[in-house]
Amino acid sequence: MIETSAVLKALESESIEIIRETAAAFKRPVMLYSIGKDSSVLLHLARKAFHPARIPFKILHVDTGWKFREMIEFRDDQASKLDLDLLVHMNQEGVEADANPFALGASEYTRVMKTVALRQALDEHGFDAALGGSRRDEERSRAKERIMSVREPGHVWDPRQQRAEFWRTYNPNLAQGQTMRVFPLSDWTELDVWNYIRQEGIEVSSLYFAKPRPVVWRNGQAIMVDDERYPLQPGEEPELREIRFRTLGCYPLTAGVESDAKNLDDVISELESVKLSERATRLIDGSDETSMEKKKAEGYF
Amino acid sequence: MTSTSLPVIRLVTCGSVDDGKSTLIGRLLADTNNIPLDTLAAAKSVRRSGSTVPVGEIDYSLLTDGLEAEREQGITIDVAYRSMNLSSGARLIIADAPGHEQYTANMAVAASRADVALVLLDATRGVRPQTLRHLNICSLMGVAKVGVVVNKLDAVADSQARFAELSAELTATTEKLGFASVEFIPVSALHGLNIIEASAQFAWFSGPTLLSFIESPMPVAATTGVAARMAVQYIARAENFRGVSGTVAGGQFAVGDEIIVLPSNRTARVAAIETFDGSLQIAQTGQPVTMVLEPDVDATRGDMIAAAASHATPASRFAANLIWVDGEDLVHSRSYLLIAGSAQVPAMVTNVKYAIDINTGAHEAARKLSLNQIGNVELSLNSPLALDSYSANRLTGNFVLVDRVTMRTVAAGMITHALRRSENVVEHHFEVDRDVRAAQKHQTPKVIWFTGLSGSGKSTIANELDKRLVAQGYHTYVLDGDNLRLGLNKDLGFTAEDRAENVRRVGEVAKLMVDAGLVVLVSLVSPFRQDRDAVREQFADGEFLEVWVDTPIEVCAERDPKGLYKKAATGNLPNMTGVGQGYEPPVAPFLRVLGTDATAAVVDQIVGAAFEA
Ligand SMILES: Nc1nc2c(ncn2[C@@H]2O[C@H](COP(=O)(O)OP(=O)(O)O)[C@@H](O)[C@H]2O)c(=O)[nH]1
Repeated sequence: MIETSAVLKALESESIEIIRETAAAFKRPVMLYSIGKDSSVLLHLARKAFHPARIPFKILHVDTGWKFREMIEFRDDQASKLDLDLLVHMNQEGVEADANPFALGASEYTRVMKTVALRQALDEHGFDAALGGSRRDEERSRAKERIMSVREPGHVWDPRQQRAEFWRTYNPNLAQGQTMRVFPLSDWTELDVWNYIRQEGIEVSSLYFAKPRPVVWRNGQAIMVDDERYPLQPGEEPELREIRFRTLGCYPLTAGVESDAKNLDDVISELESVKLSERATRLIDGSDETSMEKKKAEGYF
Repeated sequence: MTSTSLPVIRLVTCGSVDDGKSTLIGRLLADTNNIPLDTLAAAKSVRRSGSTVPVGEIDYSLLTDGLEAEREQGITIDVAYRSMNLSSGARLIIADAPGHEQYTANMAVAASRADVALVLLDATRGVRPQTLRHLNICSLMGVAKVGVVVNKLDAVADSQARFAELSAELTATTEKLGFASVEFIPVSALHGLNIIEASAQFAWFSGPTLLSFIESPMPVAATTGVAARMAVQYIARAENFRGVSGTVAGGQFAVGDEIIVLPSNRTARVAAIETFDGSLQIAQTGQPVTMVLEPDVDATRGDMIAAAASHATPASRFAANLIWVDGEDLVHSRSYLLIAGSAQVPAMVTNVKYAIDINTGAHEAARKLSLNQIGNVELSLNSPLALDSYSANRLTGNFVLVDRVTMRTVAAGMITHALRRSENVVEHHFEVDRDVRAAQKHQTPKVIWFTGLSGSGKSTIANELDKRLVAQGYHTYVLDGDNLRLGLNKDLGFTAEDRAENVRRVGEVAKLMVDAGLVVLVSLVSPFRQDRDAVREQFADGEFLEVWVDTPIEVCAERDPKGLYKKAATGNLPNMTGVGQGYEPPVAPFLRVLGTDATAAVVDQIVGAAFEA
């Protein structure tokens, strides 16, 4: 019998190798930090990769102004606890134009406040490589993603330009105007991430654990009303429901699941029994399989 | 033979369209409870055209097939990766590669990391050329454990006889290819026979089910006695701490071990092995660690740390098998970037010895390699590396080649052996060196490299500049492309390859002259950027000054001092730069001069920039 810890060790080892390679081979690498569980794992792996030295790159959070409040608190707490070189970027033009998911619709809002914002941040700081926590098991189009995924000028993802990736011999060279996205968690599954969080004692946001939260229903999905900006229908009152989140994002766009999983053990046993794909709860991605490819072509992470 | 169980097993599936590969993978995933419920539900209702599976039943091919859509959209067909959990607790990572000949490169990518390969065979159609191709690729890429999966046995009259017949037909091939372990496995993917459980319908078969074959321990013949290796990826610096970080790529390192840093050949001892989770006494293959060396010898990214008792001798010439994966052909004598471990050095292919027919494994004569072609080549590296042979160590015996302009990965290589020639030639250091010679001549040796179209005015400018410099007391020499083609380079023509070699040789001669203390003026069309860049790299900073003589082609064609443009216009000069072949102007030349300006003014400009600054 092979222990879960042995599988996790093997995954961890390969991720660390990729993170080190990125730090060493690029001029200005950065790590994207979305505050979610995958980011927490990525950060933990980066600490392992460079120990006893400090993480040698900045940690970038692309904020939208619509993240759950618990996320922002958690982010700032982590930054000080772990002594992170944290950089927060928001698309100021978007903020000034009052970009929000209700006025613009989910996909245009995401484009402006996430995709464009990320491009701005990368360009502004001249980052040539960005480490991210995407996994191949997240959805079908990610199954083909490279570990090192090259972006053309303007951060465009062109499937024809993706390089053949042999062995663990990565090619970090960039032609004029290209940048790189690097995915050290490619081979991890959602369950691996949770098992690893438990094994390593990694802190994650409290949003992953069930507690009574104020909820309204949209298209049969539970949306948490995190502040007074959420437009309620006339006479509508949020009800308290015991929910938790499988992925974190902008609160109006991220559905919770009814659950009584209050700690890591609960979350893991729930995952083992439910067996639904993770993105089923992410409103912007739920629409169709090719939507992710399209967003990626525009520069979405 | 002893064997080991891996916690993460990488599997490549090889099969052609309609062999039933998607159905087989879908079966494996679904029958082992590895498919989310919503996906499973979708596979009962959604149907693509041509599907014969009734609505309401699971169409297993839908659980995995992403390639169909790609084909319609004309996108590159990629390797798709899927993870599943085995009952043993191990993780299986399936790399699903397309099987067509035009995707040989993709399959090689998938096989490069695979521990296990499944080669699919459609029993109704028998052994086909692709079956042999898939086996050849697996062998070339060093896959140790291969399962030949005979599928669709539900659709033949006598499954036992058919299976025996196909196994017999392939045995000679699998034996010749030298896999550490081979198994023939009868299945029906459609009906789920002998996938997870043994089937009564194949009662005559006493071998493993597909799943138990995959789960069976790895043959370790290939990994026993591997010597310790670690490529230095990163230098970790903290207060009172300096360590070399990397992942152990073979054998193991223990505290106290004698090691050698390659290619510099410095020796040291492992003083400590650090990780976030505490210090270790031993670092095993696959573990990322940070080693502290005693004494703290100079080791940098790109170096290889090896067991002092057993290490590869650094060499700069190697024989290797090469699979070409780029749309642009291999140009020999052209400089590429070679990446091996954490090292990256300029390198070129000096000789294509033969191509390998991937369908039969036969050797055939070849001068170059194109997309999906495999060949045995000789490489020359700009600086020595300690590479192992691929058969000894898959991680320290591999490399990739990168195009220097597009930065695409153009080839993957497997070292067969270092070439002796380089090891027997040891550079001798003479005491009267470049600096002594330069001082004697009271000048700073350098190369002024004029590049530009034929007729742009390179030689005229070089001639005037030369006169000026000599009058001022400089010791100079002019290397003129046309003149050299009468002697040193008279064996070379004007193809991209010959031009690369032409530029390389002129670069080498210029280097000797700089070493002799001279100011060298080179007048050479040298149309390709990467060839010039390769020369530049041979020189110290500021020693190689590229001057682009920029003259509109109409002006050059009008001047036509050698009548070449006229000849090209009639089609009698196919490789004429600017006509039948491109000219790649420098991106950041030391100086750009206009060939339409007065020559004296251009010379002033060059003297001002290169000799008076
Ligand atoms: N009779 C029979 N048909 C099969 C079997 N496996 C796959 N097929 C059929 O062969 C066709 C191609 O299968 P698919 O899995 O899409 O092949 P792929 O192109 O290799 O992925 C489909 O019509 C399948 O239903 C099998 O074991 N027996």
